[in-house]
Amino acid sequence: MATTESAFQAAAGGKRLTKRLSPYLYLLPALLVMVVITFYPMGFQAYMSLTDYGIKNLRFDAPLPDFLALKNYIRIATTDLGLSNFDFWKMLGFNLWWTFSNVIVHVSMGIVIAVALNTEGLWFKRIYRAIFIVPIIIPQIIIANVFRNMFDPDYGAINQGLTLLGQLLRISPELFQIRWIDQVDFPISWLPLTLSYFALLITNVWLGWPFMTIVATGALQSIPRELYEAAEIDGASGPQQFWRVTLPLLRPAMVPAAVYGIVVTFNLFTLIYFLSGGGPIRRTEILLTAAFRLINEQRLYGLAAAFSVYIFLILLGLTLLTNYITRATESYDV
Amino acid sequence: MSELATSRSRSGAWFSRFSRPSRGGGRRLPLLQQLLLQLVLGLVALTVLYPVLWILSLSFDPTDNLRPTELRLIPPGASVRAYEKVIEQPTPNPVSFARLAFNSLRLSGGVALASVAVAVTAAYAFSRLRFKGRQVLMLMVLTVLMLPSIATLAALFVLLNRVQIPIGDGLFNLRNSLWGVGLAVLSTQLPFAIWNLKGYLDTIPRELEEAAVIDGCTVNQAFLRVTLPLSVPALAVTGFLGFMSTWSEFAISWQFLTNPQDFTLTMSLYNMVGQYAGSVPWSRFAAMAILIALPVSAVYLYLQKYILSGLTIGSVKG
Repeated sequence: MATTESAFQAAAGGKRLTKRLSPYLYLLPALLVMVVITFYPMGFQAYMSLTDYGIKNLRFDAPLPDFLALKNYIRIATTDLGLSNFDFWKMLGFNLWWTFSNVIVHVSMGIVIAVALNTEGLWFKRIYRAIFIVPIIIPQIIIANVFRNMFDPDYGAINQGLTLLGQLLRISPELFQIRWIDQVDFPISWLPLTLSYFALLITNVWLGWPFMTIVATGALQSIPRELYEAAEIDGASGPQQFWRVTLPLLRPAMVPAAVYGIVVTFNLFTLIYFLSGGGPIRRTEILLTAAFRLINEQRLYGLAAAFSVYIFLILLGLTLLTNYITRATESYDV
Repeated sequence: MSELATSRSRSGAWFSRFSRPSRGGGRRLPLLQQLLLQLVLGLVALTVLYPVLWILSLSFDPTDNLRPTELRLIPPGASVRAYEKVIEQPTPNPVSFARLAFNSLRLSGGVALASVAVAVTAAYAFSRLRFKGRQVLMLMVLTVLMLPSIATLAALFVLLNRVQIPIGDGLFNLRNSLWGVGLAVLSTQLPFAIWNLKGYLDTIPRELEEAAVIDGCTVNQAFLRVTLPLSVPALAVTGFLGFMSTWSEFAISWQFLTNPQDFTLTMSLYNMVGQYAGSVPWSRFAAMAILIALPVSAVYLYLQKYILSGLTIGSVKG
């Protein structure tokens, strides 16, 4: 490989300046566009975050906003915004909890269902595979809106379905007037999570596990059959085979998939904005929904910019951390 | 598409018609275990289908009842009335479904085409060429890639709002137009397209180009005559993914657009739920949701093998 590569590189690199420039010519269109619509706005955002940019500064002949230095950042970190229930640290805590609780459920459900689906001699495999792809192919915004209505206390399909099930067991229908979206009190008194969190969790589990199952299926099929035969000869039981053979060999595929899941779930704006709107009283607000509301509702552009810089830094940290975890597990490859 | 299919068989397992030879050497599954697994998987399948069946059944409700009062698989007198109503005029805004669909189509098609066209040469450079600053530039693209669009929304809103051009007797405000929305969406779609295409290009055997170079091609010719034709399926899939995410984009268009004639499909769907729902019967909401989802879901279904193998390859490689 190395020799052919160098032959190719020699042709690519060449001796003349034009040839040495050619990689940059290939990059030029994308870089130009990104400088204008991505990097410049990012730089401008950093500037905005140091000012009190608001609606008054929107017109192109408007005066420059006041320079506040780091005041926006301090106000956010000290929860001094004058917005009700707006607590940055609480939101960050919820956002992280939301992310990890979801991904843990996605990955474990994904693996269990993949293993079940991979059982030799199982009937209707292809039908199950066709059905399980459904949550992946529907746009998330549609799913969020549909579930929003499904969780309606009076007319939604969740409460209606539960009532029907309850009738079979002679449970009074009044028990199923569950106010999924807007009940402020915590259903489990010692656990600071609202019903809307559980509604979101249910929806996102519905949405998220099939992808993990697909990844796990691919990895499962690449596990050599001989390993199971050897384990069997050594007297390993079914569960032992799962814990000692299947799970360790799934790890190289599942860890990166989980990392991908973490980043996606951390930023799951669409689902939360449409399903709970971050409510009740901001108890299911994640950083992105809060940022959008700062722009769209409060119209505090400078403050929103500072908030976005925080999001950027947190995501950077999260990415570096997850990259570190992925690298650490890379040596585990089969 | 065979090129892609063969080089990315890892998750192809999901789609294969034939399953792997049996693990226990042709051992059959005991009936009890079979039934137990069928029960579990059947229940899971039911939970997956429940919302889909609900929304389908709702959309065929012939009455103008505001809300459904009971669960029914097939509503009595099922008809496509709700679809007709929605296609006529989905929301109280005086704008037709055709107009909204045209806006969404223009926006998504434009972003998809632009992102792929601009990304492809950069993706090629990252995948094949070695040059100074490659690592740094790739890291920059990756950094932007992880940044969600809302995280730069404030700046894009302010900057695009400054571009106001007098046209005729009015003022064209870039922010308040589909062009502005397109640019803002492109700013997050482009890094994705670069990265996704690079992933695909990495799987096209390098030897093909090397052979072309040995035969006397320049690098440009190798790219144009060998790599580009081979990556047409990858371009299509990347373009489609960009199309789909723009098709279901909401935050930017909701923040930017004020004229109902410019609204997109997802914006008007939002007008039919939650606090805005008011007097919109849910049968119409259901019909609208299906009309928005159906085209992209159908294409996704058709392309699923290539899309999902791309996604899992990306995640498997980290």
